Amino acid sequence: MNHSKKRLDFHDALDLYRDQDLLSLGAMADRVRQDLHPDGAVTYVVDRNINYTNVCCSGCRFCAFFRPPGHAEAYVITREELSRKIEETIALGGTQILLQGGIHPGLGLDYYEDLLRFITTNFPIHVHGFSPPEIHYIARKEGLPLRDTLVHLMEAGLGSIPGGGAEILVDRVRKQVSPRKCTADEWLGVMETAHGLGLRTTATMMFGQIETPEERLEHLFRIRDLQERTGGFTAFIPWTFQPDNTRLTVPKATSAEYLRLLALSRLVLDNVPNIQASWVTQGPKIAQVALKFGANDLGSTMIEENVVAAAGVAFGLSRDDMIGIVETAGFRARQRDTFYNHV
Amino acid sequence: MEFNDPALFPIHEKVTSGERLDFEDGMTLYHTNDLLGVARMANLVREQKFSRDTYFVRNQHLNYTNVCVNRCVFCAFSRDMGEEKAYTFDLSKAEQEIRTRLHEPIREIHMVGGLHPSLPFSYYLDLVRMVKELRPEATVKAFTAVEIDYFSRLTGLSLEEVIKELQGAGLGMMPGGGAEVLSERIHRKLYPRKIGPDRWLQVIRVVHGLGVPTNATMLYGHIETLEERVNHLLKLRTLQDDTGGFTAFIPLAFHPENTRLSHLKPTGGIDDLKTVAVARLLLDNIPHIKAYWVMITPSLAQVALSFGADDLDGTIVEEKITHMAGARTPTGMSMEEISHLIRSAGYHPVERDAFYNPI
Repeated sequence: MNHSKKRLDFHDALDLYRDQDLLSLGAMADRVRQDLHPDGAVTYVVDRNINYTNVCCSGCRFCAFFRPPGHAEAYVITREELSRKIEETIALGGTQILLQGGIHPGLGLDYYEDLLRFITTNFPIHVHGFSPPEIHYIARKEGLPLRDTLVHLMEAGLGSIPGGGAEILVDRVRKQVSPRKCTADEWLGVMETAHGLGLRTTATMMFGQIETPEERLEHLFRIRDLQERTGGFTAFIPWTFQPDNTRLTVPKATSAEYLRLLALSRLVLDNVPNIQASWVTQGPKIAQVALKFGANDLGSTMIEENVVAAAGVAFGLSRDDMIGIVETAGFRARQRDTFYNHV
Repeated sequence: MEFNDPALFPIHEKVTSGERLDFEDGMTLYHTNDLLGVARMANLVREQKFSRDTYFVRNQHLNYTNVCVNRCVFCAFSRDMGEEKAYTFDLSKAEQEIRTRLHEPIREIHMVGGLHPSLPFSYYLDLVRMVKELRPEATVKAFTAVEIDYFSRLTGLSLEEVIKELQGAGLGMMPGGGAEVLSERIHRKLYPRKIGPDRWLQVIRVVHGLGVPTNATMLYGHIETLEERVNHLLKLRTLQDDTGGFTAFIPLAFHPENTRLSHLKPTGGIDDLKTVAVARLLLDNIPHIKAYWVMITPSLAQVALSFGADDLDGTIVEEKITHMAGARTPTGMSMEEISHLIRSAGYHPVERDAFYNPI
């Protein structure tokens, strides 16, 4: 079907998702991956997730990481700790930091500008930071247009935006599990504005909450439609909701469901160049298998990761292990930067 | 069926026409980069045999001793007599282990242990009798070919006499361990004090001849070559042609942690899946292929159901041997967890007894 390069519409995709078995979906996605990445390279980035605060006023039901303002375990990172973390990252060959909160009600645009200036004037490292809900919140708090907010952040050193906070881009789902976080349109609006300013971003999807198969597809098609207008997404990263320690009681989406969705996203998102496998949620074995189901990137070595770990999942993977996974799968491992250039 | 690797077309021809695959086919399957091509062929065979049924058993593991005179290079479980963490259950401790789970409808008791230097043969007979008495409805699946050979040397009895005594005590089936890799080279390097490939096959032949079914295993992912893996599978297939006594084949992924091979990397998910698929395709005469979730993780075992596996082993509850080699998997799964894994992959869970009769 994809040999003929016919673009999938919503109903084609739904039929595939419903009717095709795991191996057929995987084989179709694998062919698309080969066409888009004929060099047989699988990329990874060396970076660290730094959560500058765990204070968050969103209170999403799926989150085990956040603490409400005033909680005994609430923190905002100190400059000393931030410096130490960045120095360690650079020492390990890291090229970027992924900088995310918490949506802290007490932090304004000046805090973020200072934070970015502190990092970029002191360290030779790319800041991939602030997901759309954070940017949306800062703009609203300051009463500034999104565009101006983003320009301020870019001038202070923001290099690109991670695709977090997308969860499922359908308001029915968001109202139930993350009612205080930005809407689907608002999330997409931040990304569209960012892309218009030349900021590249990723897009994510956290599935296995309460959404229907149709809503998963709606998410994929909204990403595809925006990408059609802007071309600003570098990669799509689906992962499964991790229910431990959260207030959402559902059975965890299994690896077979993960691989099906991963393959489907490779098929639908024909205009997004890279699909990232999530070893953090799936473990190294399934992440390796994912390279045969459409993924061409293994994401980050994650020198530090806090959010998924708070939900009871702790897989470790050294850089050597990551290279081993890629090579024993028959690919060439290539370290990349934020923009998927080989380094 | 379409393949990325044209080398798979002739193999597909053979698979669909029911022609037996040979050594070269096995090597082609291992060497190809077309993982999903191999998987689709294995899945074809799996669905012909079992449709979308997936078996599991409610079982209990009892590892009565870790004291072992063999001390194989790949083992993290065994200890010398008197060494720290060495343990041996006396009969009352073993009985207590069985009694703690009497409220569960367990259908299979899996018992293996080290080769203890001083326990008498009567200990093993008493162990089987005790379990059978407490659990008359469960199958006692115990002792590998390695232990049967050891009991024979211990007692001076013939293999036939040893097996008949154990059958008389209640032994219903034997697991497939101790085969490791059926290669004299690997035998000399990794398990020199344990019986070698020829003796393993000889013992199993006698066991099957007396009507005791067994499983078969292969411990892969250490120093063996792909040729040695394929030869291993073909040796099992040849014996099965003669005896028909193998019930299931279980690939065992080597866990290097805490062994003398700890410098090796654990197996990758693709190798694990490919090994399941190659086994399904080569072992045309062994009914079942098991994805052992303890070793390859429940997640990968679930995916293996589309790569030729039709069995997920069991609930287990207290696995020791792989966990002493650093396994991070759970030590047990609930019936609901196993059923959910099977259903959410689009398969139909079938609870079974030791002989694959549906419960």
